[in-house]
Parts: sequence; structure tokens; C-alpha cells
Amino acid sequence: MNSIILLAGTRLLVALLLVFSIYMLLRGHNTPGGGFIGGLIGATGFVVYAIACGTETARSALRLAPEKIAMAGLGIALFAGVMAVFFGDGFFTGQWLFIGETEDDKGLPLSSVLVFDVGVYLVVLGSILTICFALEESV
Amino acid sequence: MGAKTTTDGAAGARWLTFEGLVPVAIAALLFAWLWQAIPPISAGEVVRYSWDWVPSLGIALSFLIDGLSLTFGLLITGIGALVFLYASKYLQGHPHLARFMLFLVLFMASMLGLVLADNLLTLFVFWELTTITSYLLIGFDHATSKARRAALQALLLTGTGGLALLAGFILIGTVAGTFELSEIRAQGDVLKDHALYLPILILVLAGAFTKSAQFPFHFWLPNAMAAPTPVSAYLHSATMVKAGIYLLARMHPNLGGTDVWLWTLTIFGAVTAVFASFMALKQTDLKQSLAYTTLMALGTLTLFLAADIGYAITAAMTFLIVHSLYKATLFLVVGIIDHATGTRDVHKLGGLARAMPITAFAAGIAALSMAGFPPFIGFISKEIKYAGALAVQSEPVLVAAAVLLANALMLAVAGIVSFSPFWRRKHLADDLKPHEGTWPMLLGPVILASLGALFGLFPDLLALSLVNPGVAAILGPEVEPAQLKLWAGVNLPLILSLATFALGIGIYVYRQRLRDALRALGERLVNFDRGWDRVLDGLKWLAAWQTDLIQSGVLRRYLFITFLTLFVGIGGTIVARGALSVEIAWPDLLLKHWVVITLIVAGAMLTLTTSSRIAAIAGLGAVGIGVALIFIIFGAPDVAITQLLVETLVVVLFGVAALKLPRLDDSGRKTHRPLDALLAVGVGAIVTLVMLQVTAGPLDRRLTTYFEETSWPEAFGRNIVNVILVDFRALDTFGEIAVVVIAALGAFALLKGRKQDEPR
Repeated sequence: MNSIILLAGTRLLVALLLVFSIYMLLRGHNTPGGGFIGGLIGATGFVVYAIACGTETARSALRLAPEKIAMAGLGIALFAGVMAVFFGDGFFTGQWLFIGETEDDKGLPLSSVLVFDVGVYLVVLGSILTICFALEESV
Repeated sequence: MGAKTTTDGAAGARWLTFEGLVPVAIAALLFAWLWQAIPPISAGEVVRYSWDWVPSLGIALSFLIDGLSLTFGLLITGIGALVFLYASKYLQGHPHLARFMLFLVLFMASMLGLVLADNLLTLFVFWELTTITSYLLIGFDHATSKARRAALQALLLTGTGGLALLAGFILIGTVAGTFELSEIRAQGDVLKDHALYLPILILVLAGAFTKSAQFPFHFWLPNAMAAPTPVSAYLHSATMVKAGIYLLARMHPNLGGTDVWLWTLTIFGAVTAVFASFMALKQTDLKQSLAYTTLMALGTLTLFLAADIGYAITAAMTFLIVHSLYKATLFLVVGIIDHATGTRDVHKLGGLARAMPITAFAAGIAALSMAGFPPFIGFISKEIKYAGALAVQSEPVLVAAAVLLANALMLAVAGIVSFSPFWRRKHLADDLKPHEGTWPMLLGPVILASLGALFGLFPDLLALSLVNPGVAAILGPEVEPAQLKLWAGVNLPLILSLATFALGIGIYVYRQRLRDALRALGERLVNFDRGWDRVLDGLKWLAAWQTDLIQSGVLRRYLFITFLTLFVGIGGTIVARGALSVEIAWPDLLLKHWVVITLIVAGAMLTLTTSSRIAAIAGLGAVGIGVALIFIIFGAPDVAITQLLVETLVVVLFGVAALKLPRLDDSGRKTHRPLDALLAVGVGAIVTLVMLQVTAGPLDRRLTTYFEETSWPEAFGRNIVNVILVDFRALDTFGEIAVVVIAALGAFALLKGRKQDEPR
């Protein structure tokens, strides 16, 4: 599709969508967002990019094959679940680490839950792009 | 497996390899570990280990060593070590030797777990693991269709039995309130007196009988001889097929002692034993012959486990050990013959003793034990069997007659398998150049056969260490086990023994005539093996028929069937529960609600009436956005965002696909549309009804309250939806994203695969 408007708009839009998708992923625990929504937004970014510039360009921008991203996401999510076992908790119990914790401020929270959410993000991103790219290429 | 993998004596090829030696070492260590448990166990102690596995379901990794499991454990590890040593030489240079040894070790571990398990569900897991490893080992020679068929047959048959067994175990757990075998045993007659006793018994027996190849489930075992000989010696004579026997012995205190148990086991055992003995005589392939004698042994063991008196159970325990010793020896010997000459046909073999003296020695001793000649342990075992048969509560004469017939046939088969190939005067074909096996292959047969002689001369070695504790484990310590003696005086068992010798030698002499007669008879009888194929064919036909019916390949019909199922399922439930009436309280609608309703209705109408695909998809998009707006109005922003994003992506996907789709077809308007419309209205009405029903009653807010209260203090998150997704219900989410990945890979394979198939 050769549309100058789309091409010009895409450059801005894709960058915004990707940044926004990560923002949605990170804020998800306290405000609307999360890995699923973040992954959908990120996927939308690449889908728009693929429509404007073709799937080959989009694939090279993604660097990794989308199906591999999806599977890696599944692996990361599983890892996040298994992590709890090493701390003596049941499978998929959230593990938390608060960096710089004070009495009234929790500081910077790091958790296995976030790792799990990152896995969800990658699964959604990778799966949708797997289907979209394959569909576009086969048409 | 007749094919020799390497020529013997090809020096150079090392057999003392890592994959050859490590399994032997593992088995030997386990054997030594179990060995040191003999003194305390024979003194009446019981060793128990337990770790929690799934405590909420009452599943524990608990293991128990008593007389019964110790006997099995020693057989498994001891024969295992010798067979592993043998196998590393037998398959020396085979490209998949390492794989083979791995399967063998895995099997040993599973079998050991099975006999040591003290928890029914743990036992079941190991039970299934032995089925799977047996499948892998039978199908080891996977390039041949015969091996594949035999492997699949064994897997399906024992797997089906395994499912029945699981159901039986769950019923036992429900009745007894625990899955721990030792606790169930302590409850005594609770199971026997319960109304569910009969279903439990049938299910457990289905598992045990398929695993231990009782008639009419026997046919998988002779077919399993497609496996390499070490497997036949180890799994399909000495250990795995005895898992069913082990289970019968293990469940004996809780399920045994009733008339149903007594008669079922007696009949199945006797029929299997006699039938298998005749079949064994009929075979000309040494390995097939041995396979049927194994069946005979399994039948005999079942027969004796039917009773609950000391003599019968002692007979079972003794015969169990004796059989493993001589049968493993004979299988290994047949393997050596096969390895050295390339054939297992009795007609082609003879006079091998000169070239293979050590093999002939081992085979001779094992066969004498099998035939029941003194002073071998087989003789004592036979005497005890007769004593046990005469003492059973069911029908002593019949049982004794069955045992006599089976024993006589056994004697004849022992002659066929290990006398005729070695001593018969026969000029071997020129291409058969027999030579003695090497020591790793000879060690097993010699040790196992010599043990048969040793135990025969000193029966107390066996009785005090294993047999008596085993009997005590089955019948309880207060029951007196029968004495193992070489000379018990002139009594009825001795007379029966002499009759056995006469009958057996007679059968051996006239074996050829009997064989011909049996073959003529066999052609008229039902062939179970072919029947099995018919059953499988029938199953495939059924699957094809129902696939054609439900999965026509037309998307519209899939949807129709799916929604029809929904309609019938929910509608049926509503009618059955009499929940048709519903009160509608008309709510106050604000302007924003009206706007959303209008949007959804207008979108739906557009989709239904338009003849343009683009317009239809736009209409659906409007409906989707309307739904998203509803989510926003009622305070579910996460769901709304997801809905909007999915709508967007659907439009993109459709845009791509639309290029390829044909024009909307108007011809269906008259044929299927009225029916579709009817179903659509029906489903819509029913979903509406359900929604009204749900909202009419007071909402159960316990979960909501719980999540609201704990989301921040316990999971450190304020967005409850997300906290539920990634923390409270993380396992569900994990399952869902796994489905997403699978769906994506499926679509990927479909799209990419189609591209490759199409000629460009």
C-alpha cells in the first residue's frame, strides 16, 4: 500500500504505540492496563507498520520471529510461576522485592508478578503478529 | 528381534561403555540397598518413607517396604542388573543402544516405584509409567510395522485397564477416606462390606488382568515378543507382567476373601493357565513358546491368589520367585541362541550343547527347575502348588487338575525349549555356525539358574527371607505359611508330582502329533488378535463417521452446531429446572444508555440487512464499540480497552482477508437463512433470559469482597482485574496464554503449510 500519508503517520504512530504499550504494561498493576492490553497495543503498532511498509520490513523491525517471541513469553511466564517454588511457596505465588522501602513508601517494587505480566505481554504480541504476518503474506 | 546388530567377536567395538555400565551400576546399587532391608523385614518390621506431594488431594509420595514389596524389589533390581549387563552386549554397537538402556532404566525405576508405593495414586502413576516404558521398549525396533503394532496394542490394552484401575482407586479412596495403602489395610473389611465393593473389584481386576495378560486379554503379551530379547526377559516375564499379580496380592487383604474374588480369580487364572500351556506347546518359535509359558505362570499365580489360606499364598509367593528365576534365564538363553545362530525355530536347532556348553548348562538347570524335578526349587514350588491347590476353598479337584495339566505341559515345553535345541541329534544347516556367548551374556543365565539349584537344596534361604514375610504381608502375621521342604514324605502332592512327570514326558515324546492337532483346532477357535484389529477398525470407522457428521468443513455449519448445542444445553436446563418465569424490573435509563442501545441495535440491523461485506463488518464493529461503551459506563475500563483493541485488530485482519474472499453469496438467503435466523433469535432469547435470571437474584459478592479486600494488602496492586489475572488466578492465565500460543501456531501452520502445498 503506497500512501504517503500513512507512511508519514506510521512513523510517529508506531513509536507512540510501542512506548504506550510498555507504559500500559507497567502501570497495569494499579491502574487500567496490564500485559494483555499492553501486548494488544504493541501488536497494533507492528500491524500498522506492516500495512504501511510491508511485512518484510515489519519482520526485520521486530528482529525475532513472532512465534518465537510468543513461545519465549510462555517460557517467561512459566519461569515466573516456578520461581515461587525456589522460595518455598506454592506454584505461582507472587514474590516481591521492594527496593528502597521506607515506612510509608514501598519504594520501587519488583516482583515475579511483573515477570509474569511481561510473559503475557510477549505471548499476546507474538501470537497476534504470528497470525497477522502469516495472513498478510499468504494473501 | 532376529536381526543381529553386530557380528560377535568383532573386537574393536567396545561394549564396556558409559551407557552400558551405568545402568548396571544403578540396578546393582538399588539391589544392595534393598538387600540390607532383608533382616529387619524378615523379622517382621515394615519400613515406610513418606513425602507430601499434593496434600490437598491426599496424595503423598509414600513408600513401604514389607515382605511383598521387598520380594518384588529384589527381583526387579537383581534381574535388572543382570539383564542390563546382558543387553549392553546383546545390542553392542546398535546406534540406539543408549536410548535402549535409558528406557530400561526408566522402566526399572517405574516398576520399583510401583511395588514400593504405599499411596494408591502414586502407585497408579508408576503403573502408567511402566505401561509407557513398555510401549517404548516393545516398539524399540520402530522401523518394523510388527513392532509398532505390538507396542500400540500393548499400550492401548494395558492403558485401558489402567483407566479402569484409576477409577477403582478413586472409588477405594472415597470409601476408605484415604489413599494410603497401609491405612486402608488397617481398616480391614470396610471395603468388602461397602455397597461399592463390586464396582471397585471389577475395576481393579480389569486393571490387573489386562496388565498381567489374563485370558481374554492375553494376546498382547505374545505379540510383545517383537521387543529385543532382554526386554522380553525383563519386562514380559520377570517383572512388568507381574504388576497385576502384585496388585492382586496387595489388594488381597482388602478385596480378597469373598466368594466373588475367589471364583473370579480361580476361573480366570485356571482358564489362562491351561489355555496358555496348550498354546505354548503349539509354538515352534522358542520365544513365542516362552511367552505362552509366562501366561501360564501368570494364570497360576492368579489362581492361587484367589484363596486366602497359607498354603495357596505360599505357593503363589514361591512360584513368583521361582518363575522369575527360570523364565528370565530361559529368555536370556534363547537370546544367546538367537544371537549365535540367527534363528529361534525349534525345527532348525539341535545339538548346540557341543558349541555352547555354558549356555546349555544354564538352560538345563533352569529347565529342570521349570519342569519341577528335584532337587531344584521348581520341584518344591510344584509340591507347594499341589498342596495349595488341594487346600483351596473353591473346588480343590478342579484346581488341582488344572495345575496338574499346566505343570505337565510346562514340563514338555521345558524340554522343547532347552533340551531339544541343545541335545537333539540334528544336523544343523550349514549357514548356522553356533558359538558360545561372551561372559556378560552368560553371567545372568548362569547366576539365575544356579540360584534355582541353591534354593532347591536350601529352601530356608528363600523361605525365611522372602516367602514367609511375603505371605505375612498378604495374609497378616498370624497366618502360618507352608513349609518349603525338598522331602515332605509320601503324600498326595508327591503322587501328583510323579503323575506330572509321567504325563509331561508323554506329551514331550508325542509333541509333534499334539502340535498338529492343536494347530488344526486353533484354526477353528476365535482369534483374539484378529478380533482386536476389528475392534480398532470399528473405532476408526466410528470416529470417521462422527467427524463427517459434525465437522463438515463449512464454517457456517460449525457455528450452527455450536450455537445449537448452546441453545439445547442451556434451554434444556432452564426448562428442566422450571426457571422460565422471570420478573422484569424496568430500570431507569439515562440518555447515554439510550445512545449505546441505539448504536448496538443499529449496528446489528446493518449487519443483517446489508449485502456488502465491508458494511457488515462495520456494523459488527459498531456493536463491538457499543459493548465497550457499556463496559466503560459500568466501570470496567480494562475490559473496555481490551474490547476496543480487539475490535481494531479484527478490522485489520478482516481487511487483509477480505481481498481473498469471494463476493457475498445471496443464494443462501432462502435455503439456510430462515433456520439460522430462528436459531439466532432462540440463542439471543435464552442468553437474555439467563442474564435476567442472574441479575434478578441477589449477587453473591463474597469473591468480589475478598478480592477488593486483599488486592492491595496481599498482592500490592490496586487494579483488581489485573491482580486477579497475574496473581490470584495466575495459573488460569497461564493456561489461557498457552492456548493463545497454540492457536497462533495452529494458524501459522495452516497458512504457511497451505502456501507450500500450492504450486506456484
